[in-house]
Amino acid sequence: MTSITVSDLTNLTVAQIRDGHRAGDFSAVDVAEAFVAAVDAADALNAFIVKTPEHALAAAKQADADRAAGSLKPLSGVPIGMKDLFATKGVQTTAASHMLEGFVPQYESSVSQRLWDAGAGMLGKLNLDQFAMGSSNETSYFGNVISPWKRKGGDNAALAPGGSSGGSSSAIAARLCPAATGTDTGGSIRQPAAFTGISGIKPTYGRCSRWGIVAFASSLDQAGPMARDVRDCAIMLEAMSGFDPKDATSLDLPVPQWEAGLNADMRGKRVGVPREYRVDGIDADIARVWDEGIRWMKDAGAEIVDISLPHTKYALPTYYIIAPAEASSNLARYDGVRYGLRDLPEGSGLQDMYAATRAAGFGPEVKRRIMIGTYVLSAGFYDAYYTQAQKVRTLIARDFEAAWAHCDVILTPTAPSAAFALGDKSADPLAMYLNDVFAVPASLAGLPAMSVPGGLDRDGLPLGLQIIGKAFDEQGVLNAGLAIEQRSGFAARPDKWW
Amino acid sequence: MMTDYRIKGETGEWEVVIGLEVHAQVTSNAKLFSGAATAFGAEPNTQVSLVDAAMPGMLPVPNRECIRQAVRTGMAIEAQINRWSRFDRKNYFYADLPQGYQISQLYHPLVGEGALTIEADDKAGIAADKVIGIERIHVEQDAGKLMHDQHPTMSYVDLNRSGVALMEIVSRPDMRSPAEAGAYLRKLRAILRYVGSCDGNMEEGSMRADVNVSVRKPGDEFGTRTETKNVNSVRFVMQAIEYEARRQVEVLESGGAIVQETRLFNPDSGTTRTMRSKEDAHDYRYFPDPDLLPLELDDAFLEECRASLPELPDAKRARYEGLGISAYNAAVLTAEVESARWFDALLDAGVEAKAAANWVTSELFGALNRMGRDITDSPVSPAQAAELLALIADGTISGSIAKQVFEKMLESGDGAAAIVEREGLKQESDTGAIEAAVDAVLAANADKVAEYRGGKEALFGFFVGQTMKAMAGKGNPKLVNEVLRARLG
Amino acid sequence: MSVDSATVTKIAKLARIAVSDAEVEALVPELNNILGWVEQLGEVDVSGVEPMTAVIPNHLRLRDDVIDADPLTGGGVRDAVLANAPAAQHGFFGVPKVIE
Ligand SMILES: [Mg+2]
Ligand SMILES: [Zn+2]
Repeated sequence: MTSITVSDLTNLTVAQIRDGHRAGDFSAVDVAEAFVAAVDAADALNAFIVKTPEHALAAAKQADADRAAGSLKPLSGVPIGMKDLFATKGVQTTAASHMLEGFVPQYESSVSQRLWDAGAGMLGKLNLDQFAMGSSNETSYFGNVISPWKRKGGDNAALAPGGSSGGSSSAIAARLCPAATGTDTGGSIRQPAAFTGISGIKPTYGRCSRWGIVAFASSLDQAGPMARDVRDCAIMLEAMSGFDPKDATSLDLPVPQWEAGLNADMRGKRVGVPREYRVDGIDADIARVWDEGIRWMKDAGAEIVDISLPHTKYALPTYYIIAPAEASSNLARYDGVRYGLRDLPEGSGLQDMYAATRAAGFGPEVKRRIMIGTYVLSAGFYDAYYTQAQKVRTLIARDFEAAWAHCDVILTPTAPSAAFALGDKSADPLAMYLNDVFAVPASLAGLPAMSVPGGLDRDGLPLGLQIIGKAFDEQGVLNAGLAIEQRSGFAARPDKWW
Repeated sequence: MMTDYRIKGETGEWEVVIGLEVHAQVTSNAKLFSGAATAFGAEPNTQVSLVDAAMPGMLPVPNRECIRQAVRTGMAIEAQINRWSRFDRKNYFYADLPQGYQISQLYHPLVGEGALTIEADDKAGIAADKVIGIERIHVEQDAGKLMHDQHPTMSYVDLNRSGVALMEIVSRPDMRSPAEAGAYLRKLRAILRYVGSCDGNMEEGSMRADVNVSVRKPGDEFGTRTETKNVNSVRFVMQAIEYEARRQVEVLESGGAIVQETRLFNPDSGTTRTMRSKEDAHDYRYFPDPDLLPLELDDAFLEECRASLPELPDAKRARYEGLGISAYNAAVLTAEVESARWFDALLDAGVEAKAAANWVTSELFGALNRMGRDITDSPVSPAQAAELLALIADGTISGSIAKQVFEKMLESGDGAAAIVEREGLKQESDTGAIEAAVDAVLAANADKVAEYRGGKEALFGFFVGQTMKAMAGKGNPKLVNEVLRARLG
Repeated sequence: MSVDSATVTKIAKLARIAVSDAEVEALVPELNNILGWVEQLGEVDVSGVEPMTAVIPNHLRLRDDVIDADPLTGGGVRDAVLANAPAAQHGFFGVPKVIE
């Protein structure tokens, strides 16, 4: 055994853990114990709702035994974090809601099952915005997640890790786990990745099974990995993806070998830069990092193409009709009858029980979206809102279709700003929604999209660059991400204060 | 000829307008969107999957057989089959609805416009054959079941039925009397059972009707309708219509207005009442189910559906009539798919159709009736019946001997020929023996012969009877008749 | 289209979320703010455009009619189905008595 310290172990990437374990540099149990200790020491970040060291250690022991037996799996020895939106058998699954507090699924989500089958272990269930509704992780019933990042220059404000996969982003950035699952409905992987200086990819809609993931908006929800670099995203995505007959929208396609296919050479590739994303009043740092990204793409050999996605400005309002509409229906099952919270005021009947249970079990943002969704689907309004939104969604998807005639991937900023302070936007839902302005169009079109770190803003906070690809072309997205990663030299990490 | 069905009110006659929404459980092993079983009568919540219980993250995947059966049903009513359809969510809260929505089809149903014909029935007041329009058939999930009498303060929820596939078959408001509604339901049930898409078992809830009723003065616009939910027998449907129509006439004639509402039928009293749990007006917020893609059917699928359709009741009846079977017998034989199948097997054995139809509708059905049995557990198989009918046809036994043989077949389970042989029931067709018997009868009844010759011709039957009696019933009736006529001059 | 407190009350009732008068009063401007913003979609010319039905070209797969083919989506799992029930009795879910 070489002299690898515990903190060295938690600094390793997924690929380094996998390869080092395979090579016998350390045991999987050492790795698991190092991360378990890191998790235990980071309660101040509130990234985990439930810790499951026993799960991580059991998987590690198995990994060590498998190594001895010569039967290693793709993720043997790698402990990860699981967003608490994935049902985990025998482990409380809450979607960060009071509604599901204490709910213990008797089943395992397809994606988490794939990860365990690949040899990964679980360090715990990661905090998130309640029912994945939020962009700052301030809507969790279990309290805000805090970003490990601080603004430089003495401002000690607690910053948002992004949302809804904010537990995932915070934990990875703080080296509490090398990788984690996320889900992305309108940017919930990419925006938190951007806020915390890590990478995350939302694959093509249908790549990852939705079975066993607490639903937010079915036509948009996609699981994906979050990790520190592009290679780790590729490794994780390979393990998470694949056809699932239990999900009628699952893609019946083989899973490409994305890690083996990684190639940062962009020669012969055209990178589209959509003019509609360069909005009036764009943050100067955002514009600068975007321009740098364009330069790096050129440097990698790509041709830069000016493109137009004319319906971009309508993406966010479209999203805020479709997602709440689907959510209002998806969340109807939380009624206090079969599982979860039941609030039965003295002498109340069934319908009173529903209303009381749902009033007590859902947080304000969830209620707000259910109300919006209920309203836009209600008699007399359905066509004006929902049908209109689905038509505009068609136009947004067509914008991308048209763009693919001119480019292979699209490069944009991930979010319009760096991480904001907790509490800054929570009083104004609309201001919060606008944070997903760049992320939502790819969600509406079902396209693969990833965020990679692009640099730091004036306050020393990370900014992300987004790459959007053609349907099924995760490889193209990952490769472009890799080309940026290799050129950005992004090595910043938060100082440990927790 | 009957006149139109009318309700006589204080202000004159009222016409009843009826439409039926029939929920028919699709015959399938597993549920519409999950792998749980559909069998009737299981222990509570034992046929419930995590999907049916709407656990977080569960997703629907449609069962091909349920789609296939609905398409075949649509084809059987010559309806338009939509190659592109979609599932929608119907959102409402109730304890028997785990998802908080029912997956159904509103905007793009699987089956469009079709029709079926109900037959003229003088006794029921249906003057002529009538085509009843069917607006659509869509596929949807059944709900679970609530039990209210097991606990003083609680209702119990059993989700075994939750997610079972239903076809909702929506008629046009084309019916004008309880009898027409009854005939429509019976005909629809027959078609479903022929197709095999629903077992039609109304007691077990495999077929229930939502009864839409309104009344109007003949020639007026349609009135406001009420919908009486989940009526589960033909008789109850007719009762519900009768009650509801009279109630509406009373309300209207006393200056009131009909409220468009959901009602419940009480089979004990034959009355309907407002359904309290559905009192508040609903806004179902239908929208396409985002968990499911559009349902697209290809040629091969549709061709298989069509090729697998059996001969349907109307076609079968026409074929039977073409074979010389009376209209009445043809209707009786085709009313239930099992009898039609049994009779087809009999025809396949090479019997003469008309005689076979007579025998089945009188002798066989009579015997089954006495025994309280169904055709499906008839003690006599079509092959055995064919053997018996062949013995009649070739003159081996007479019709009356055949009755005896049939009784013995039912008792012993033996074949007709074996019984005839064993019991010596073979018909006597030897002219000499018949002549001898006739002569003996005439000699013994000289007085009656004289009366006959004096013009009392009704006595002919007496001589036939005596001769048959003398021959222990085995005389060939045709020959006995001939000899008697010759002797009596 | 803007909502008033009566509409918000109605929507809350449809959604089965109990709301106090104070919550309704707070929700009215909030929802109007969001609805007013999404209504900009009305300015998009969508003539001849079909509403999105499938975001990625894909056909609805149908499964075979086999009971319990996959234990995860099959029946016969009553214990699992009732495991998290707030009130399970005699194999049923219990709810406050319903009058139909
Ligand atoms: Mg109905
Ligand atoms: Zn229905």
